Amino acid sequence: MKLHGIKVPHKKHTAEDAPVRLPVPKTVTIPMSMHIGKPAKAVVKRGDQVRVGQLIGEADGFVSSNIHASVSGTVQKVDEMVSSMGAKIPCVVIETDGKQEKYEEVKPPVVKDFESFVSSVKQSGVVGLGGAGFPSFVKLSVKDLSKVEAVVINAAECEPYITSDTRTMVDKGEYVFKGIEAIKTYMNAKRFIIGIESNKPEAIKIMKELAAKTEGVEVRVLPSIYPQGGEKVLIFNTVGRIVPKGGLPLDVGVIVINVTTLAFIAEYLETGMPLVEKCVTVDGSAVKEPKNVIAPIGMSIRDMIEGAGGLKCDPAKVIYGGPMMGLAVPSMDEPILKNTNAVVAMDAEEAKPRKTTACIGCGACMTHCPFRLDPREISLAYKRDSGEDLEALCVDLCMECGCCSYVCPANRPLVQTNKLAKIRLRSYLAAKKEGKS
Amino acid sequence: MSKLIASVSPHISSKRTTQNIMLDVIIALLPAAIASVVIFGLRSALVISVCVAVCVAAEFLFEKLCKKENTIFDLSAVVTGMLLAFNLPVSIPLWQAAVGSLAAIVVVKQLFGGIGQNFANPAITARIMMLIAFSGTMTNWVAPFTDKMPDAISSATPLTAAAKGTASMMPSYLDLFLGKHAGCLGETCVLAILLGGLYLLVRGIITWHTPVVYIGTVALMSFLCGQDPLYQIMSGGLMLGAFFMATDYATTPSSKWGKVIFGVGCGLITILIRFWGNLPEGVSYSILIMNIFTPYISKLTRNRPLVGEVKKK
Repeated sequence: MKLHGIKVPHKKHTAEDAPVRLPVPKTVTIPMSMHIGKPAKAVVKRGDQVRVGQLIGEADGFVSSNIHASVSGTVQKVDEMVSSMGAKIPCVVIETDGKQEKYEEVKPPVVKDFESFVSSVKQSGVVGLGGAGFPSFVKLSVKDLSKVEAVVINAAECEPYITSDTRTMVDKGEYVFKGIEAIKTYMNAKRFIIGIESNKPEAIKIMKELAAKTEGVEVRVLPSIYPQGGEKVLIFNTVGRIVPKGGLPLDVGVIVINVTTLAFIAEYLETGMPLVEKCVTVDGSAVKEPKNVIAPIGMSIRDMIEGAGGLKCDPAKVIYGGPMMGLAVPSMDEPILKNTNAVVAMDAEEAKPRKTTACIGCGACMTHCPFRLDPREISLAYKRDSGEDLEALCVDLCMECGCCSYVCPANRPLVQTNKLAKIRLRSYLAAKKEGKS
Repeated sequence: MSKLIASVSPHISSKRTTQNIMLDVIIALLPAAIASVVIFGLRSALVISVCVAVCVAAEFLFEKLCKKENTIFDLSAVVTGMLLAFNLPVSIPLWQAAVGSLAAIVVVKQLFGGIGQNFANPAITARIMMLIAFSGTMTNWVAPFTDKMPDAISSATPLTAAAKGTASMMPSYLDLFLGKHAGCLGETCVLAILLGGLYLLVRGIITWHTPVVYIGTVALMSFLCGQDPLYQIMSGGLMLGAFFMATDYATTPSSKWGKVIFGVGCGLITILIRFWGNLPEGVSYSILIMNIFTPYISKLTRNRPLVGEVKKK
């Protein structure tokens, strides 16, 4: 069996550009929610002096994450902002002093065993850097370590434009393997598979060289078929198992971790510097010089693009992440988040909305869906408001990879409908559960 | 600074549109159109032009009248016009071709909601309506390469010849392949249709399932019934139907197995009509009948989503 997918243009213009560190902006706006889960609680107040790596937001509850100052300076205000997802979230605005002084308590964590390993990962504030933003320590908090048969390292980077994971492998390859050693030591994992799309020859070469020196690591070169880096897709294409609907990778004995996340964890174990900056690919038709940059978290998209060489023209659309699954931001003032791996600025031509026409029943959406869903039937079921049919059609399997919308010749907004249908299904299932009890 | 567009992902799309799919189908139909002019003369081109023009005009006017969005630029009406013309004898009176085109677009396509909504293939259904309404002129076959008055020399189609068992009237394999025999104007030249079909396959507009299974079923059943399989598959409207009409998106199943079932069904019905029916040819009827079964086939062969082994709680 093969999972379906699509061929997207690679546009990896920046694959050979080592990231450049940007000068510190005047202010940074650090949201207290850059992860899946509860927003962190701000632990600083207006006027506080902060330094790089200092805790400014404390994880609130289990699925939450610590947040640290990415700059040294003065807290200008603790405010509320509308996140790009539309929710109101607290944020900390810091006026920088340009000195980038390191917080004195930043020192390598003491890690002896599994528990202290997970707790240090928690302290680092790291979340899934591939884009999902799920707090990494939660993922690593495995109750029964014997269940972990394989650790799959996600280095597929299947979205067009993005090369920040590629740069991790090329520039910080040794950290990837130090991360592997850490998981080996503290989690007793024996089998590691690094899944890389075939369009990254340099990264593949470096990973293979390093893997040859390490026991239990296999570099798997995967076809460049989007969405190769989708968690469930990658698991199937590396270990051949299907994660059950509503389940977790661990249900099939797998932990998936993004390659940049892993390298960061290894670096943190060495330096103790929490997640305060990100390598971000800046590209798109409206950008003057596509390049990779290292930006402090909380830097505005505007400042970052300016620092990276500026814009050719007014952008019509600016995206966090890649063009297949990325989020179009309402304004260039949005900050760089922990899980921002790219910012794509599109000119009017590239962002030009295509006209939606009638469905011609070609079935392309269905034949390209990795999970074999039928977006056309889903949209019809959604239209007739049938929770029952949506349940039967398994719309909750949809990962919103965008293949259906991408291939639709009538340019129907299938992902959008799937998203709405998922919400509809959730309320239907909740009502059904209530009715039963 | 101008406002940013904040739309749902994905933010890029493939270059394939309904319009360029239809354009590909038109390109694929061109070899057969050229062949028809070579074989049956310039009147072929006239019949095709009339059908296309009336189809496009009917679509435009109907949508205007119903205050619907104009869809003539998606080129689907052009495809319908060409396919209908391909299913007519070259001698058809032009007004009858026009009536058929009108019926295809208005009755079969637009009354059911326009592109993608019709359950039956417009060209095929219109052709069947014409067979009933204009049975005389619709079965007035002209021998190839007669430049005289179209209705001057009548001839038998390969299938009528085979049905009557008149071996002397049966064309050779080569003539069948090149289309040098009587028949509907676009259906005779197997070579041209195969070229077009191959183009559609290469371009990924259609998959091999329907044509291969349909033609394969006809060949196999012919063999089992003691008929010449090669003769059967190269005669009548089978090639045209299998590549261009049994592969219509809206009116046939879109799943792989759905296409296989559709192809087998078409093949069996074609054989039933050809060998045991009153008519020499059954391709049109077989496709129309299978069109009606399409929603059920689709339901039967729906993709099973990859849910994995969900633990029962």
